[in-house]
Amino acid sequence: MQYSSQSVAKPYFIAAIGLFVGQVLFGLIMGLQYVIGDFLFPAIPFNVARMVHTNLLIVWLLFGFMGAAYYMIPEETETELYSPKLAIAMFWVFLVAGAATILGYLLVPYATLAKFTGNDILETMGREFLEQPLLTKIGIVVVALVFLFNLTMTMLRGRKTSISLVLMMGLWGLAVFFLFSFYNPHNLVLDKYFWWWVVHLWVEGVWELILGSLLAFVLIKVTGVDREVIEKWLYVIITLTLITGIIGTGHHYFWIGTPEYWQWWGSVFSALEPIPFFAMTVFAFNMVNRRRREHPNKAATLWALGTGVMSFLGAGVWGFLHTLAPVNYYTHGTQITAAHGHMAFYGAYAMVVLCIISYAMPILRGRAANSEKSQVMEMWAFWLMTVAMVFITLFLTAAGILQVWLQRYSSTPIPFMAAQDQVAIFYWLREGAGLMFFTGLVVYIISFFVSGESKARTA
Amino acid sequence: MSGTFTKSMARNIFYGGTVFFALLFLALTFDSMQTLPKRDNRANLTPAVVAGKKVWEVNNCIGCHTLLGEGAYFAPELGNVYKRRGPEFIKAWIQSQPTGAPGRRQMPNFHLTEQQLNDLVEFLKYSSEINTANWPPNIEG
Repeated sequence: MQYSSQSVAKPYFIAAIGLFVGQVLFGLIMGLQYVIGDFLFPAIPFNVARMVHTNLLIVWLLFGFMGAAYYMIPEETETELYSPKLAIAMFWVFLVAGAATILGYLLVPYATLAKFTGNDILETMGREFLEQPLLTKIGIVVVALVFLFNLTMTMLRGRKTSISLVLMMGLWGLAVFFLFSFYNPHNLVLDKYFWWWVVHLWVEGVWELILGSLLAFVLIKVTGVDREVIEKWLYVIITLTLITGIIGTGHHYFWIGTPEYWQWWGSVFSALEPIPFFAMTVFAFNMVNRRRREHPNKAATLWALGTGVMSFLGAGVWGFLHTLAPVNYYTHGTQITAAHGHMAFYGAYAMVVLCIISYAMPILRGRAANSEKSQVMEMWAFWLMTVAMVFITLFLTAAGILQVWLQRYSSTPIPFMAAQDQVAIFYWLREGAGLMFFTGLVVYIISFFVSGESKARTA
Repeated sequence: MSGTFTKSMARNIFYGGTVFFALLFLALTFDSMQTLPKRDNRANLTPAVVAGKKVWEVNNCIGCHTLLGEGAYFAPELGNVYKRRGPEFIKAWIQSQPTGAPGRRQMPNFHLTEQQLNDLVEFLKYSSEINTANWPPNIEG
């Protein structure tokens, strides 16, 4: 570790992994509820489990992004963090607020939670992914602002690299677009229109800036390729991301009451959205092939390559699969969407956070890389989780295609629940793949505790 | 990536391209806002509909159902449920939950008052009258 203040990243990474475990456990509960409908009812109804599953995902990724930024910015700017104390304080605020929110979901009926957390003052709750009580939303804004203040102050007095600049743009964008979560008009169409300014402009916009800069940072470190080359690639990738992704928001404006020209704008631009992901894959492989050093951390390199491939498959290919308006007319809001969501989030965001953790955590623990034994185990975890996610996606896609046929496309469409019964076998298979994913996650965690002869200590 | 294409060129294209497409998006948004009154059924946004939307939100209905195709995929689409089932069925259904049928997906009972049920039905009626470009493909949602 070059700068002692980088160590504040460590608790963020640990919390991220812990919450990731929670997310997957609730995923398994929901997966079972798909086939054993009354499993854990009424203790944990499906809607509660889903809220916990998706909110934990968002929170652990945010912990990962923040940890990554605290690790990267001092090294990139070549100066100590403005205030490590503030970073640690915000860690605890965010963790306690996050935990309290999750407990609120689990222990109190949602309507009661809404009533006692100020939803009557400003109604923001009850919308997908933005279910957090008003107090939590305000807490997120406060934590984000303090975090951005801390990093911006650090940047102002240090070296300004393109990687750090792109990372900061992504993080500021994340905070700015989250503000739309406070806007909830009575008009459902307007509500949905601007809801996507949080959700889409996050995951297919500013988060990709964060993704690109994390990947670029790790690639510089593990390959030793010239910074000029890597940063040029980074700019090309994020250019492609935003010129396709911003108007690509239109693929959510097909059937929600918005003007029908969005079917053209949305289809054309989002059909181009796989290109930046393809560029990212080419980028990762190209840089690793042109490497100028053999970095001892093989696992981090594997995660970097995996992020490229899996984000291209999940976000790129599976996104394209249902993004053209004539196709989306039939697939909108089916298991096809769920299939895409799972692989895209894992491939792009979960994997890039695991990548930076894989690179940074050994250094934070005082060594350049983990022992051979530990790395082999981590790579096993990589393959178990990644292959499991491929299967989860394939089974959900199969369920989705059948659902579309039975409920939407055939000449004698059947009701929703009748169609669900017909495709149950694929939900069972998905649950099996989910257990495989969980096994991979357990192996991943064990890999942190495997010793063996470690590589040379760093300064 | 030849030598003539430099990092600063890439950076300039990034800023220029992003600003251009962000402005284009804002222009399209502005135009959408002008067109929406003809499509979004705002004329029928009565106090009951507004109250119904709140009932919808504070009970986290979107955690299982889709509304105009957005939400969770565990339970039926409700954007057109008013047309599929009608007001009386919707109210009776909500009141009779959970079914308790072994192994079947269960919907909690939210203990809604008669007023809340009526408001929710009004909200679902309003939602079903939004011009969604003919989506969903059929009444099953």
